[in-house]
Amino acid sequence: MVEWNKQRRGREERLAAAARFANGKIVSSENSVQLLSEVVRAGDRVCLEGDNQKQADFLADALAAVDTSRIHDLHIVQSGVVLQAHIDLFEKGIARKLDFSYSGPQGYAIARALDAGKIELGAVHTYIELFARYFMDLTPNVALIAAVQADRAGNLYTGPNTEDTPTIVEATAFKSGIVVAQVNKIVDKLQRVDIPGDMVDFVIEADRPFYVEPLFTRDPLSVTEVQILMAMMALKGIYAPYGVRRLNHGIGFPTAAIELILPTYGEHLGLRGKVATHFALNPHPTLIPAIESGWVEQIHSFGSEVGMDDYMQHRSDVYFTGHDGTLRSNRLLCQTAGLYACDMFIGSTLQIDLAGNSSTFTSGRIAGFGGAPNMGSDARGRRHPSQAWLTAGKEAVENPTSLTRGRKLVVQMIETFGEKMVPNFVEELDSVKMAQDLKLDLAPVMIYGDDVSHIVTEEGIANLLLCRNAAEREQAIRGVAGFTPVGLARDHKAVEALRARGIIRRPEDLGINPLSATRQLLAAHTIEDLANWSGGLYHPPAKFRNW
Amino acid sequence: MEHFQVRATSARRAPGSRRQAIVGVNASGNVEILVERVLPDTDSVVEVTTAVAGFQNLWQAVITDFFARFPTGGLRFAINDGGAKPDVVTLRLMQSAQQVGGGQ
Repeated sequence: MVEWNKQRRGREERLAAAARFANGKIVSSENSVQLLSEVVRAGDRVCLEGDNQKQADFLADALAAVDTSRIHDLHIVQSGVVLQAHIDLFEKGIARKLDFSYSGPQGYAIARALDAGKIELGAVHTYIELFARYFMDLTPNVALIAAVQADRAGNLYTGPNTEDTPTIVEATAFKSGIVVAQVNKIVDKLQRVDIPGDMVDFVIEADRPFYVEPLFTRDPLSVTEVQILMAMMALKGIYAPYGVRRLNHGIGFPTAAIELILPTYGEHLGLRGKVATHFALNPHPTLIPAIESGWVEQIHSFGSEVGMDDYMQHRSDVYFTGHDGTLRSNRLLCQTAGLYACDMFIGSTLQIDLAGNSSTFTSGRIAGFGGAPNMGSDARGRRHPSQAWLTAGKEAVENPTSLTRGRKLVVQMIETFGEKMVPNFVEELDSVKMAQDLKLDLAPVMIYGDDVSHIVTEEGIANLLLCRNAAEREQAIRGVAGFTPVGLARDHKAVEALRARGIIRRPEDLGINPLSATRQLLAAHTIEDLANWSGGLYHPPAKFRNW
Repeated sequence: MEHFQVRATSARRAPGSRRQAIVGVNASGNVEILVERVLPDTDSVVEVTTAVAGFQNLWQAVITDFFARFPTGGLRFAINDGGAKPDVVTLRLMQSAQQVGGGQ
């Protein structure tokens, strides 16, 4: 006889076995390892909530402390692998297989563990892609999540860093999985319910608040004149002519520079209200001066940012907030907004090849993708028009017709040389060799060249939409690659011909004097200036305070 | 320390009349340039002292490009480099030429 409810029965068995370590749904922190030992089984798919920002670090430590003779060969399916405890799971043999999105600081450790055979890599995903697989072939058996507060019924308040939690819980709870939450505090009444208690099986008050990584704070002090020049070119050469109102900014310094010159140079160009009004964006502190100057109508966020909570609470016309006043973020929905409702993605990368493919996988480092490949790709399912989208679509074809679809603007800002004089333009991406060395089926590419519309360097802007073949595209890229070997090997005649057609535009072609790119243009020169712009509502994390 | 120079002859005379100017700082990733109007109008030279050895070809390319794009005749540029990238070097060279290109 076919048994149709094995998963549900398995869940009930686990809950029964775990009950002795819980009082209702509440589990004391001393019992966390025992609890996990009952609810997790060898070979399970486990999501140990590691988002871009918030980390279920207490539960990560507990899982890394289980008896490996009992619990082993777990398949970890989570967006961020950023803590040492995440790596420990694989080093100890508790986990074996990994499907993830982003690794950041653990990029080198993952590459080493992969090389040593400690990790069996499924795939590196973009966020939205991994979330999609939670509902197809990577549904977690157990989700270990993080929230700010719980009540005794298991309702959760996530605080401003809601991030991935609703998506993880949805996939796990409705497929007979088990959800365990670590919270900073158990209270009688929550200020807001982000996750209904019905979907949560156990709650543990951790002995410390969960860790949040301040990822999006860029100190204006570190913004260089070259980055300001690139920002000026992007504003005048891309934002203005396409009329880009809905967009996402990456986390690098060049986009921070754009944010900081909106109230100065952007104002001078008369662009306020015409560009950069709606964002899918983490709460970048460097956007505060533009918000305060009336540039920004609305921002939806993937997650929060350390120190920004009060500010956002007091700017509810701009940010999405709960009825309690605090920010509500949601990575899945914000990524969806970035994919379908933004006309432009603009961000930095580490390496670009002659076809415009870019990668952050440099030698020995598996950095992951995060959200960039999703936001930095054309949404083929998009149907609603906008000026920016239609203009880009028309530029991309020889003879536009009334059926010519639009295109997303995907802009890569990159200085021609990186740290230690390493050229950022290359003949072949490091990830190609890495894929060979690590026997990956597919070399990791963050943004494919055919999705890139523009490359901005200190030498100029290359408009790849207007290139009609691979040879033109290659020369357009060489033509902005500066003094790198790729740039020096340009065909000067071809590059000048591309310049005459407006495919390459230098600062002087845009009417920008590079000598005018000074730090005077920054609306804020320091983190303290940002705090002042916010009227004292932005509270910078300690490591950014120097006053 | 590495030391070398790049010369241009039959350069176009640099505009202005200032005798000298100094821009930038000799700090990590940055560069300090002293420019002086001391050569015949058809000559210019860049003298480089750099903390980072092994990039002479790159310097040659950056300076040659600078000479081709801007009138520098009569100017001697002395560079103290703290490991600046080519884009920073170009920017500082342009800034120094602009400074010395002014009046008085």
